[in-house]
Amino acid sequence: MSTEQALSAAVLRSDRFRLEREADWIRLEDIVTKMEKGKSRKLSDDDVLALPTLYRTLLSSLSIARENSLDAGLIDYLEGLALRSYFLVYGTQTSLGRWLGSFFSGGWSRAVRAIQLDIWIALFVMIAGAGVGYILVAGDSDWFYALVPGSYSEVRVPGATEEALRGTLFGSQNEGGLGMFAAFLFSNNAQVAILAFALGFAFAIPSILLLIHNMALLGAMLWVFAQRGLTVDFIGWLSIHGTTELFAILLAGAAGIHVGRSIAFPGTRSHLKAASDAGKRAALVMTGVIVMLICAGLLEGFARQLIDNTAGRFAVGGAMLLLWLLYFIGFGRERRRPET
Amino acid sequence: MSGSTAAEPWIRRSANPKLDRVMVTPEGVSLNVTVAAAGARAGALALDIVIILGLIFLVTIAGLMLLWGLGVAFDGNLENASGPLQLLAVLWIISVFLFRNAYFLYFELGDRAATWGKRAVGIRVAARDGGRLTAEAVIARNIVRDVELFLPLVFLTSGEASGSMTDLTAWAGFLWVLMFLLFPLFNRDRLRGGDVIAGTWVIQNVKRNLGDIVAPSAANLSGDGTATVTRYQFSDDDLSVYGEYELQTLENVLRSDQNEALQKVAESICQKIGWEPGSGDERVFLEAYYTALRARLERSMKFGKRRKDKFSPHE
Repeated sequence: MSTEQALSAAVLRSDRFRLEREADWIRLEDIVTKMEKGKSRKLSDDDVLALPTLYRTLLSSLSIARENSLDAGLIDYLEGLALRSYFLVYGTQTSLGRWLGSFFSGGWSRAVRAIQLDIWIALFVMIAGAGVGYILVAGDSDWFYALVPGSYSEVRVPGATEEALRGTLFGSQNEGGLGMFAAFLFSNNAQVAILAFALGFAFAIPSILLLIHNMALLGAMLWVFAQRGLTVDFIGWLSIHGTTELFAILLAGAAGIHVGRSIAFPGTRSHLKAASDAGKRAALVMTGVIVMLICAGLLEGFARQLIDNTAGRFAVGGAMLLLWLLYFIGFGRERRRPET
Repeated sequence: MSGSTAAEPWIRRSANPKLDRVMVTPEGVSLNVTVAAAGARAGALALDIVIILGLIFLVTIAGLMLLWGLGVAFDGNLENASGPLQLLAVLWIISVFLFRNAYFLYFELGDRAATWGKRAVGIRVAARDGGRLTAEAVIARNIVRDVELFLPLVFLTSGEASGSMTDLTAWAGFLWVLMFLLFPLFNRDRLRGGDVIAGTWVIQNVKRNLGDIVAPSAANLSGDGTATVTRYQFSDDDLSVYGEYELQTLENVLRSDQNEALQKVAESICQKIGWEPGSGDERVFLEAYYTALRARLERSMKFGKRRKDKFSPHE
């Protein structure tokens, strides 16, 4: 029976409604099924162009059917197809690669600028943490053992000789396995940064504590080296990768604080809305943090061992810091989005 | 989300009504969605973890094979091969990191917004507000996964292995795992921490086929478009005994087309309207009754009158 015959034979108006439109629905279902199977490249141009139109037609069919038809099976079908095509029409529409492109060309630096306040908070917390560590250990060197976990402190302990300490800073060029070391450091640091961010979920307080703890460790270590007049050398040793790595941890902590602050003080938005707005912004920053940590891992694994003098280390560390600052402050400004 | 529209007749009532929601598309059309049950989520996650472990295992095997190949190439003297060995180790560490983090990203950014595990149980990620699912949202929900799941596991196992775990930290770690793992059970939408941050939720996929016209034989019998010109003629009284619920039950019976059910339903309808049940002609009778009943109910629908079931009063 052809469509015309079926149409003229249909008794019910709602059946006729269906017969008139089902060709479009079936075409849409076909397109949707192909796209869901990842075969969207096999679609003809006509089909791709028709998708939004077919989708909107389907939505209107669904609205009409809900008001005029009592064919439950038909309405279920339309409903399901509408949902499936809705997800394709309003799908992510970016591949990982294309998204990375937009991310590096401005998305990242814009997101960093958007959480400026939180970065200042995190910076303050980190400096305070380092200060606290330094002052505590200066007051009573037993604090060092409380702050620094055992594995670090074989040589670098209060009372170590200058030569021993100097030995940890210089002269390890021949150390093997640099690449592996770098990869390990990256993987490790990335997990710490992700932790600093994700802990922000609990109203930012754990993020702040984590930042204070890590920086107190640094402050304590700084005191040990300062006791033997190695302050500048220690900072040089640290800065070659530290400017990148600490910056990354600063951003991760700031992202965590941003999320936590938005959940605690959502303003006029609902808590959930505030959390998801902040979370999406923070996710951009965090992706960047991972990138920075890859750089830091490479610098730490290779450059620090290869450049064995303080001046060179300061030069590399300073240059990296300048690079990051220039990127975050200056990059991607011209394409300001209307909503900001 | 479903509060104000709860009385609309098209709202779906599924097996677990607690998980039914209404999502409004940007075009303003409301669609029924069903939030994925906690069990389905757990199953999908377990599958994904198995897949990730499998992938890591495969990469490790491949690495070992290469190592063996290197051993052959360098005559078993691996000290000469420290360069390639390092490269291998670097690749291994990076690929494990990628499997752990990028697996979810890659698949949830795809057209189906679901990992292999999610596909297998028929669920997907969607934006809670009905808008576009953005890459940022997918990244946000998966970054938090690290803290919810992997980090505490690593923390527990490594602490256990190195012996640095006291009872207190072990319990704290365990509570931590439990808190995040059970988080979806403590909210209506089954959101985990990552979903809260990202503004996403996980819902069930729907896939239904377009069935045939419910009562085609009624159509064949009458050519001139009126419902009652068939072998069976139903009076207004005959049709006023049932509502939409009964119509849909009848639709299901006709669609499934089981002889026994057809017979039973035909009998009970005949009893209700006081007809003498014939035999051998149930399907035609039921189709005719269905068509007539639906025509009647749809007609009154046009005037905004809907009759939910046989217990509802006439308009």
